[in-house]
Amino acid sequence: MSKIKEAFAKEKAFIPFITCGDPDLETTEKIIEAMAAAGADLIELGIPFSDPTAEGSVIQEGNLRALSGGVTTDKVFDMVRRVRQKVKIPMVFMTYANVVFSYGTERFLTKAAEVGIDGLILPDVPYEEKSEFAPQCEAAGLDLISMIAPTSHDRIKMIAAEAKGFVYCVSSLGVTGVRSEITTDIGAMVRLVKEANPEVSCAVGFGISTPEQAAKMAAVSDGAIVGSAIVRLCEKYGREAAGPIGEYVRSMKVAVLKKD
Amino acid sequence: MTKGRFGIHGGQYIPETLMNAVLELEKAYDFYKNDPKFNQELTALLNDYAGRPSRLYYAKRMTEDLGGAKIYLKREDLNHTGAHKVNNALGQCLLAKKMGKTRVIAETGAGQHGVATATAAALMGLECEIYMGKEDTIRQALNVYKMRLLGAKVHAVESGTATLKDAVSETFREWVSRIDDTHYVLGSVMGPHPFPTIVRDFQAVISKEIKEQILEAEGKLPDAVLACVGGGSNAIGAFYHFIEDKDVRLIGCEAAGRGVNTAETAATIATGRLGIFHGMKSYFCQDEFGQIAPVYSISAGLDYPGIGPEHAMLYDSGRAEYVAVTDDEAVEAFEYMSRTEGIIPAIESAHAVSYAMKLAPTMTKDQIIVINISGRGDKDCAAIARYRGEDIHE
Repeated sequence: MSKIKEAFAKEKAFIPFITCGDPDLETTEKIIEAMAAAGADLIELGIPFSDPTAEGSVIQEGNLRALSGGVTTDKVFDMVRRVRQKVKIPMVFMTYANVVFSYGTERFLTKAAEVGIDGLILPDVPYEEKSEFAPQCEAAGLDLISMIAPTSHDRIKMIAAEAKGFVYCVSSLGVTGVRSEITTDIGAMVRLVKEANPEVSCAVGFGISTPEQAAKMAAVSDGAIVGSAIVRLCEKYGREAAGPIGEYVRSMKVAVLKKD
Repeated sequence: MTKGRFGIHGGQYIPETLMNAVLELEKAYDFYKNDPKFNQELTALLNDYAGRPSRLYYAKRMTEDLGGAKIYLKREDLNHTGAHKVNNALGQCLLAKKMGKTRVIAETGAGQHGVATATAAALMGLECEIYMGKEDTIRQALNVYKMRLLGAKVHAVESGTATLKDAVSETFREWVSRIDDTHYVLGSVMGPHPFPTIVRDFQAVISKEIKEQILEAEGKLPDAVLACVGGGSNAIGAFYHFIEDKDVRLIGCEAAGRGVNTAETAATIATGRLGIFHGMKSYFCQDEFGQIAPVYSISAGLDYPGIGPEHAMLYDSGRAEYVAVTDDEAVEAFEYMSRTEGIIPAIESAHAVSYAMKLAPTMTKDQIIVINISGRGDKDCAAIARYRGEDIHE
């Protein structure tokens, strides 16, 4: 079983996202430790990109803060190598195709595996283009995570059948960011995934910020993913963000475990 | 190899949320491109509304002054809305209408594609929203007013460098949020498949006409066709029907900005490398870690860090050549053509005029150069005056 699959094996998962280097990599390291200690089951580490086209304004600004601070892919690798000594839960990179491709896909993935990364999420690489990255991911022992969206309909079966690690279920149309309400029938999407691939876990992301939303999403899936709400805390607390983010993650983990 | 490839370039590198939308678009386009009724309607719009065919004008004074090859100007500047952009805007808006869409969105750099899309939307009764970099709304204030006059809503994009690439990113973000009733009228031969093919097909009317017109005027094909290249839609339009005619040199003129050895450049072929961005694999200006470079050109329409995938392929195969032209050279050409031929070219097109000024004297008098004058320069007059230190109001 891949390490990512293990994260979903026992109970509903809570998956926080953080942009590496926002506002600096020392803070990111502390935040990752705080998240793990607070009960996160898997952590998404965003490698900042100059033009994050799938992100709403909160994460766009997080990317900008990180890049302005001089973060590079190599520095992110070094940070992960350090934090890996202390943090045992699975960690995946979330970034854009060009960050990986431009580094040299094989070189990037070999290095990612070496520093202790377990998977890769590329929001601008759909099923049709995954052959660009999937063979190299497999060779390096990383899961290339597939995404499904409310518009995927008949595509869900095809995507789920080949999914590795977990399926990232995009809750709503649009870019990342906090939403007051999620109207998509997530349960129906998850059922289609499980029909095509009973083995694979399904985590829901985009728009989730409150414990109530997380509980609702986790109830119909295998876990909840939160990004913008955490990046907001980075924005608010800067170098002091590890404490407040730890508390937030703890409350969200309690929420996803709640039984109705 | 996946769909929509030009050699190794192209593809569909977009969020899953948009996949069914581009598949639907591809299916619709595959049907309508062969539909006689659609083509009749589009031709009628191009001819009766946009004023096609555009003239191929023999620039006698430039020819004599430069003392070499005969120079012809393909007058896309004479189209309704003043640029080649209307060819694609009419095509895509008509397609959107056939697909049952009621709303179109588009990015714009210099504002020409925004004006063309707003125009086509007004004509066809479509709701229209345009995304334009904040920097560009300042550089091209008149076009912002025109778009609003035509009934479009204009959003000034403040993210990133607040220029064309950010406008493209923002339009994609908007499209992901609202797909059902909305078509994204992409303005250049870029983005995910099928856009590079659709836009090329709608612009290919330029080279189809050049070919007929030059054969009529000279009884032979030109020796070289020149066009400016940002994303590359007017260039691919001017090149397309000559690609098989191997003796015709195809020369794309990129914006070097303050020079290809400076950071302030937008010359993708000269300074970029292979990457994946805005839905396509192609060449992009980027740093060693793949961060997209904040490019610069005096021309808002060429101020883009990438190039369309078909151009990337034509460059790889050597079929087309790409040269870089600086701001200074383009401004000189802008002024030269104005006073020599009485034609004020868009500052974008002036990049191609500039290279023609270098090339023509090296050629013989029986050789022929066609320059695609992709747009008119009225929109640029205030900015060029400022560049020359003269502060005028628009």
